[in-house]
Amino acid sequence: MRLLRLIILLAAFGGFCAGSSAQPQLRGTGDLGVVIERANGSVCIVDTTVRAILSCIDGLGDLSHASAVFSRDQRYAYVFGRDGGLTKIDLLERRIVKRVLQAGNSIGGAISDDGRLIAVSNYKPGGIKVFDAETLVQVADIPATYGAKRERSKTVGLVDAPGRRFIFTLYDAGEIWMADFSQPGAPEVTSIGRAGELPYDALITSDGRHYIAGLFGEDGLAHMDLWSNPIKINRVLDGYGKGEAKLPVYKMPHLEGWALAGGNFILPAVGRAELLALNADTFKEAGRVKVHGQPVFAIARPDGRHVWVNFAHPLNDTIQVVDVPSLQVIHEFKPGPATLHMEFTPRGHEVWISVRDADMVEIYDARTFEKRGQLKVRKPSGIFFTSRANRIGL
Amino acid sequence: MRFCKTLLHRPRLEVAMLFLLMSTLASAEELTPQRKVELQNLILQDCGSCHGMTLKGGLGSALRPEDLDGVAASTITHIILNGVPDKPMPPWRGLLSDSEATWIAHALKAGVLK
Repeated sequence: MRLLRLIILLAAFGGFCAGSSAQPQLRGTGDLGVVIERANGSVCIVDTTVRAILSCIDGLGDLSHASAVFSRDQRYAYVFGRDGGLTKIDLLERRIVKRVLQAGNSIGGAISDDGRLIAVSNYKPGGIKVFDAETLVQVADIPATYGAKRERSKTVGLVDAPGRRFIFTLYDAGEIWMADFSQPGAPEVTSIGRAGELPYDALITSDGRHYIAGLFGEDGLAHMDLWSNPIKINRVLDGYGKGEAKLPVYKMPHLEGWALAGGNFILPAVGRAELLALNADTFKEAGRVKVHGQPVFAIARPDGRHVWVNFAHPLNDTIQVVDVPSLQVIHEFKPGPATLHMEFTPRGHEVWISVRDADMVEIYDARTFEKRGQLKVRKPSGIFFTSRANRIGL
Repeated sequence: MRFCKTLLHRPRLEVAMLFLLMSTLASAEELTPQRKVELQNLILQDCGSCHGMTLKGGLGSALRPEDLDGVAASTITHIILNGVPDKPMPPWRGLLSDSEATWIAHALKAGVLK
């Protein structure tokens, strides 16, 4: 009897050991993503198929205005923090692989087309720094100095361009620069030319052809066609404010997530409760959409038919959906206080929305607008899905 | 009684502190504790998108006590209410009252928003 009990015990123990030493369940990462918890310095790994948080990882520092890019294999997320932190996260092992504090004050980054370089846009000290994506060892420091005093400019609108290049804009100097890493050795850094006064953000189209910088200090945008030779900067939508007094801008708009549909780009205006439609061939104004307030993000559903818009404080509890062909607002709803960011699933069947002051991420059907779920996340801001790994400029 | 004695012993410091306290109280008089919590959230989360969540700066200036050393609270109040022309700092008049802006200016200088 005692022997039997021992055997049962051993068998149970053996079973337990076998269970614990088994290989982790195999899975892909194509339906994963990260949500930034801006106030806690943590990042939550999410599964968009089962709409769940898999794990939250602490210790990423100041994550106000944080963003992320992904490795080509979609296994690693690179998170850019405000405090200059660059953190590489393994989405499968759910842990920090490497973390460096590369500057005092940063604003985002990009990954090169070959996936080997990570560039970070810095406010202090100004310029960009470039790192090896595998080791996070610094590869290049590009100070972005300007003027007679050789001051370092804050940089914004840093994106990857085809051919192992990065493009970025100098906020203080008002110039657009390119760093070309296509040749071995030191990068070739070129000032393309003047963008205008106080460029605050920029985008590159998903074909890597057009780079557009928004200006805070002037009524217009700067456009650069990378297919032209030599590359020139042209002013587009010049004087779109028609000399009218600007509305106060309580949050700067973002240009990432631009929409190209029906032959038009749809972009947020600055100091106006409007979206601007820009013809993608002629780069002339093609129309406007009156919206609820100062738009922050105007993000296209992946099929491009609709653009979802959120707004600056104090109107930041609302989202409007714009039908692109007719340039009409077709839906409006209020997810809650401080609706900061939207991210579509790769083919656009659902959209995840961070509602910061409700400590909630809400998930909606992107066609019927029905709510599909919600996740408790502490002060959520940016949401980034791994499908970004396969897109130029994200 | 002890307070009066202290006043007599260290008049300048104590009187200055008393005035500071009174002016802070006077300006914050109308603010409920609930409103102060809302303002704190506004500063760290919304102002923080330009000035940094720890107020060490970003596109906007750093706003820690050491950064505001030598800047009068009345100047800060003025900037909050009226903005900075031709720069992204917007005027908050209309969204914030005079006493709320004054409270924020003092709170920034005192470094009590964490």
